[in-house]
Amino acid sequence: MLALNKSQKQIQKAVRDFSKGEFDKEHIIEIDKSREYPKDIWEKAAELGFIGIHFPEALSGSGMGVFDNVIVAEELCRKDSSIGITLSTAGYASECLLRFGSDDLKQKFLPKVAEGKILSGGAFTEPDQGTDITRIKTTARKEGGHFIINGDKSFVVNGGLAGFYVVLCKTDSACEPETGGMSLILVEADRDGLTAEDVGRKLGVNQMATTGLLLRNVTVPISNLIGEEGKGYANLQKFFVESRILVAAQALGTAEGALDRALVYVKGREQFNRPIVKFQVTQHKIADMATRIELARLITYEAASQFDQGNIDPKMASMAKLTATKVAMEVTDEALQLHGGYGYMTEYEVEHFYRDAKVCQIREGNNRVQKDIIAEAVIGRIK
Amino acid sequence: MNILNYTEEHHEFRKRLQDYFAKEVTPYAAKWETDHIIPKEAWKKAGKAGFLCTSVSKEYGGIGGDFIYSAIVCEEMTKTFQTGLAMSLHSDVVVPYIDEYGSEELKKRFLPGCVSGDIVAAVAMTEPDAGSDLSSLTTTAVEDGDEIIISGSKTFISNGIHCDAVIVAAKDPAVENPYQAMSLYVVEDGTPGFTRGRHLDKMGWHSQDTAELFFNDCRIPKANLLGEKGYGFLMLMGKLQQERLVCAMGAVYGARQVIDGAVEYFKTTKDASGKPLSKYQAVQFALVEMETDVRIAETFIQKLIADHMEKADIKTETSMAKYWTTDLANRVSGRCLEMMEDFGMVEQNPMVQAWRDFRITSIFAGTNEIMKFIVAKLMQL
Repeated sequence: MLALNKSQKQIQKAVRDFSKGEFDKEHIIEIDKSREYPKDIWEKAAELGFIGIHFPEALSGSGMGVFDNVIVAEELCRKDSSIGITLSTAGYASECLLRFGSDDLKQKFLPKVAEGKILSGGAFTEPDQGTDITRIKTTARKEGGHFIINGDKSFVVNGGLAGFYVVLCKTDSACEPETGGMSLILVEADRDGLTAEDVGRKLGVNQMATTGLLLRNVTVPISNLIGEEGKGYANLQKFFVESRILVAAQALGTAEGALDRALVYVKGREQFNRPIVKFQVTQHKIADMATRIELARLITYEAASQFDQGNIDPKMASMAKLTATKVAMEVTDEALQLHGGYGYMTEYEVEHFYRDAKVCQIREGNNRVQKDIIAEAVIGRIK
Repeated sequence: MNILNYTEEHHEFRKRLQDYFAKEVTPYAAKWETDHIIPKEAWKKAGKAGFLCTSVSKEYGGIGGDFIYSAIVCEEMTKTFQTGLAMSLHSDVVVPYIDEYGSEELKKRFLPGCVSGDIVAAVAMTEPDAGSDLSSLTTTAVEDGDEIIISGSKTFISNGIHCDAVIVAAKDPAVENPYQAMSLYVVEDGTPGFTRGRHLDKMGWHSQDTAELFFNDCRIPKANLLGEKGYGFLMLMGKLQQERLVCAMGAVYGARQVIDGAVEYFKTTKDASGKPLSKYQAVQFALVEMETDVRIAETFIQKLIADHMEKADIKTETSMAKYWTTDLANRVSGRCLEMMEDFGMVEQNPMVQAWRDFRITSIFAGTNEIMKFIVAKLMQL
């Protein structure tokens, strides 16, 4: 059942009211340039329960599901794609703790994430390997009661700002396949030997930090292991199911926000003595955009709903991510085009929706990655 | 077979231009992009080196070159990854108005400076409420003795900050028919009443100075009228063939840069197992599709350049080309970025800038919707 229930409608309205009240257009454009984290808005969002809504109440969440988190992300992005993506990624990778972590780790870190006291980051991919994490070089060597971690990570979400990182490490170099020797380890940001390296400007969502992460003899207690040793890769694949559904939701909201703006513009803009909405081609563009958004919504909600029912299906998540980000790209592109020259100007916002849609398409595995996953699920394991 | 006949002179010109860009432009491109402006000196240098307004005859300081020179400048410019020194815009879009329609006096006054780079030119058609629909522009030109008084606002004007001479489309309020009311005038920097508004902040073309221009009872001599009064709309239409062709050329040359860069990237970037990404079938097919599209575009554009040089009427084809090639450049660059995974979203990757820069090309010089509108008319639909 994909219709929103009463509580979900309330969440949607609450997020809508919040973003309407708190998102300031000029400020958002300014911090796109300065690449400044929207700290105030993030803290307020956390205060209202929009960060970690899917955490249990005991961990300062609201005890809701992935579907509810999807609604939050969608609504935030609809109001502003950059801020929406940034806020709904504030607790990035904290789900690894939530789903697989020990009670101690959960209690120590998750409430802080939900309360807006810390951001969390994920350090999985490595330089020159793209999104392929079947082979990694970062190692975690056991010594006494500790792990000693060494390696370089790339494209770390919330890098440099997070309170902790979930780091994918090799704990057993001899293991075949290699993925069976990987583990997830929590590394607090204040550990010695940890350096974040800025990647510079990105084509979108510059308010959200992305960095490389260098780990040089970083020492953490064994108890920082998240989930079982050797299960890191497998658990991460489950986390990606959740994170890809979230990106689909961000893309969906981004597309909706672009359509909202295009609608206002085409109704107000007059050329050839009539509002441009009177042209059939304009109407059909809008019809296409709206249709695609419904498709994106259906598949995103379906994937989220299945997750909450216990079906952790990589295929569904990849299908949702692939479809919703494609829709976001198409819809933001058309919205920009409908704005004419104004669409290219920073002050008209759609240009950053267009850029942010591209980020959604690339993040958390590009189309190729999603298609590989879908193909394997549909065809069966391909040797 | 080459559709275009490049001579030894053309090749030498290209070589000189490449050397010039390598020394005077490419090393500064990144700085200009960050500064959101180029130093005005860059125009003068390019002019002194002989690369501006190649089509202007020797009489006015130019080399009287054919359109292949323009194509060479346009092509080499796309390799510099900057848009501020918009040589094609100045030389092949704006200055031809003066060259073709200007009186002898105007030509003598302006063309040598345009060639030397001492005069940066701009054309001001678009207004806040008149974009695609040019006939609805509201800037007025009223005669007062030997003078014309220009009043109105223009926006999205390329070279808007640097321009020393701007060709302004304005209407005589006394003439009812909007097409017959329109004339073109040259307004010089420093003329009282001519001011610049905001330097507009855009998604791309960061080094290009796109600005608002304001004319408040701006008095210019009557002699600054281009061509005949009331022929403004027709003159604009007459020059749009070349303008659209130049847009299409820029899009095709740009798409070539991107596909070449992408092929190189996928050949040299390896996955975790050491296999080049170009060995993946999905990558191969995608690159083949894009290379095919770009080659079709290149063939089309060469044919159009040849036709244009023979002064054929190719309004239909240039409108088609403008829409199809700019869409192509956007499609190809967007697809390449997506395929590059995380590297596709960092500004360190020059293709990101290309993708941002391309996006305006399906909008400026007449949106692609307007191109289809025009072709529909020309096809008598």
